[in-house]
Amino acid sequence: EEDRKEWADLEPVPQDDGPNPVVKIAYSEKFSDVYDYFRALLKNDEKTERAFALTADAIDLNAANYTVWHYRRVLLQALSKDLKEEMKYITNIIEEQPKNYQVWHHRRMVVEWLNDPSEELQFIADILSQDAKNYHAWQHRQWVIQEYKLWDNELEFVENLLEEDVRNNSAWNQRHFVISHTTGFSDPAVVEREIQYCLNQIRKAPHNESAWNYLKGMLQDRGLSSQPGLLERVLELKETHCSPYLLAFLFDCYEDALENIAQKEKVEEEEQKETLRKALEICQLLAQEKDTIRKEYWEFLGRSLRNKYGNGTLSDEPMAENPEPSISASQSQEAS
Amino acid sequence: HLCFSFSSCLDASRPWLCFWILHSLELLQEPIPAAVASDVCQFLARCQSPTGGFAGGPGQHAHLAPTYAAVNALCIIGTDEAYNVIDREKLLDFLWSVKQPDGSFVMHVGGEVDVRSAYCAASVASLTNILTPKLFENTTNWILSCQNWEGGLSGVPGLEAHGGYTFCGTAALVILGKEHMLDLKALLRWVVSRQMRFEGGFQGRCNKLVDGCYSFWQAGLLPLLHRALYKEGESELSQQRWMFEQQALQEYILLCCQNPTGGLLDKPGKSRDFYHTCYCLSGLSIAQHFGNMDNHYEVILGKEENRLAPTHPVYNICPEKVAQALQHFLRMPVPEVMLNFAPNKGQRFCKGSLTFS
Repeated sequence: EEDRKEWADLEPVPQDDGPNPVVKIAYSEKFSDVYDYFRALLKNDEKTERAFALTADAIDLNAANYTVWHYRRVLLQALSKDLKEEMKYITNIIEEQPKNYQVWHHRRMVVEWLNDPSEELQFIADILSQDAKNYHAWQHRQWVIQEYKLWDNELEFVENLLEEDVRNNSAWNQRHFVISHTTGFSDPAVVEREIQYCLNQIRKAPHNESAWNYLKGMLQDRGLSSQPGLLERVLELKETHCSPYLLAFLFDCYEDALENIAQKEKVEEEEQKETLRKALEICQLLAQEKDTIRKEYWEFLGRSLRNKYGNGTLSDEPMAENPEPSISASQSQEAS
Repeated sequence: HLCFSFSSCLDASRPWLCFWILHSLELLQEPIPAAVASDVCQFLARCQSPTGGFAGGPGQHAHLAPTYAAVNALCIIGTDEAYNVIDREKLLDFLWSVKQPDGSFVMHVGGEVDVRSAYCAASVASLTNILTPKLFENTTNWILSCQNWEGGLSGVPGLEAHGGYTFCGTAALVILGKEHMLDLKALLRWVVSRQMRFEGGFQGRCNKLVDGCYSFWQAGLLPLLHRALYKEGESELSQQRWMFEQQALQEYILLCCQNPTGGLLDKPGKSRDFYHTCYCLSGLSIAQHFGNMDNHYEVILGKEENRLAPTHPVYNICPEKVAQALQHFLRMPVPEVMLNFAPNKGQRFCKGSLTFS
C-alpha cells in the first residue's frame, strides 16, 4: 500500500489533465495511488528498489503503459537486477497478456542482455499452443531464430503445426521463412518437394487458401509456367478438388504463359489466342459464378488481359463492364 | 447523458480516444461544439512531450501512435488553436530521435520497430510540413521489404501479411510517392482475397475470422491501389467502383456490426468500443464513396441517413480537413534539425520540403 511509511518521504504527483479534461478515465483508488507515486519517482529520477517494485504494480494496472516499461528497464540496469528473475517475471506476464506489444518487447530486451535464447523456442511454442496465430509470438520467434541461428528444428516445428491445423496461415508463412533463409527456393529438389507437399495438403483440404497461396508465392518470381508438368497436375485436380483458389491458380498459369509467349517470336498465334481464351474464360467463371464477391476484380483482370494480349479479331466476348448508374436512395434496399 | 467511463487499460492511449471519437463524429457529420474542440486542444497540448511528439497521456513519454492520433485529432478540429498546439520543431526532433539507420522507426525511444511507425511518422510529417527526404532515407526500401510471398505486407520483414500493417506500409509509401515500387498486382490480389464471401466483411489475415475494423484497414487499400494503378497507366480501371464488393461490406457493417444501444464492433457477440466504432464507420464511408472531387459515385445501402462523410484513404480524416491542414502548414518553413542524428553526424541541416498531391 502506498499509504505506508516507506513512501512517506515522497510527495505523490497527481496527473495533470488540466482544468477541462476530455476522455477522462475512471481510475480506481489503487490506480491513482500507484501512478501518483510513479510520477513522483519519474520526476525525481529515483532509481531504487522501491521504484522497481512499484513498476510491477503500475504494469499490473496497465501493461500497455510503455513509459513504465521503459523505466523498469532503466532500473533493471541501474540496480543490476537479476535478469533470470526478470525472465520469470516476464514469462508470467506474457502468459496472462499475450497480445500486448510491450511485454514481448521487454522479453526481447532481457534475452538480449542475457544473451540467452535457450528458453525461447519452448516458451513461444507454449504461447502458440494457446493461440497458434499470435502475431507477437511469431514475431518474437522469428527474431530469436534469426538472431541466434536456431534454424535446425524449425521446419519440423512448422510441419507439426500444419498437421494440427493445415489452415494455419502463420505456420505456412513460417514454412516460407525457414526455407527462404536456409536452402532457399532455387534448388529444384526443394521446389519439387514443396510442390508435392502443397498438392498433398490440397488433396486433404481443397478449400484451403493458404496452401494455394504458398504454391503460387513460392513460384511466382520464377514464373508459374517455369515448372514443367505443374499445369497438368492442377488440371487433374480440377476434376475432383476444384475451388475458386484452384481456378485462380490456373488463371495465373495462363497469364504467366502469355507473358512468356509474348517474348518468344516463333510461337503460333493460335496458341496465344487459345491461352488467352482459357484465361478469360476462367475470369468470367470466377466473376459470375465461382467467386462473385470478387466480381469487380476478376472483371478488371479480364479487361486488362484482353487489352494487353487481345487484338481486333478477339472481340467475340462482350465487354464485361456495363456502365451502370449509381444506386440512388430510392432504389436501394431497406436494411433491417 | 454522454458520460462514458473509459477503461484504465487505455490510459496510455488517450489521444487515440480523441481521434476515434472525433473522426466518428465527423463521419456522422455531427458538429463538434467549440468548447469541446477547445478542451481537446488543451488536453492534447498536455499530452505533448517537452522533447517533441505526443504521449499516451500527460507526463508519459512520446510515442508515434498517440502522435499520429493527436495530429489527426487536431486536424479534424482544424482551428488555429488546434494547429498551434503542435510544436513542429520539437516534433521533427522526436521523429529524428526514433529514426533507425536501416530506414525503419521505433515506436518510441527504447521501443519496438514495425511498419506502423513509418506510417505514423510519414502522416504527421506530411500534414505539418516537416517532411524532408533525409528523414525518410531508406524507409522506402525497408517498407518494401515488408511485402511478402502472399502479396500483402507484414509488420516487420518475414512475418505474415496482415491488413493493419499492409495499410500502414502502403499509405506510408503513397505519402512518400513510392507506392509504384510495390508489386501492386500481387498486393491487389492479396487484399481483394481478404473479403469474406459469406460475411461480406474483411479478415485481417488469410484463414482468420472477419472483423469490422478491417473494413477500413483492408477496404481502405482499394482506393490507394486504384490511384496507384491509374498513375502507372492502367487503362481498364472502373470509373464507378472500387475493386471490392461495396454493397456486401456495407451489409456486414450495418447488419452485423452495430450495437443496438449505439456504437460499432468487431463481429456479433463482441462488445462495442471506440476503436471499432471509428474503423467500422471509416470502412462504411469507403464503401459508400467512389472517386474524388471531380468524379464521385455513391452506393448507399439503406436510408439516405446512412450516408457518411467521405474519408481520405491515406490519413483517414475528411479530405477537406487534410487540405485545410496542408494549406495551413505549407505556409510555414520546414524546420531545421537542431540535434545530431548519431549515425549521420555530418547531415544536420535538412532544408526544403517534399511536395505531394
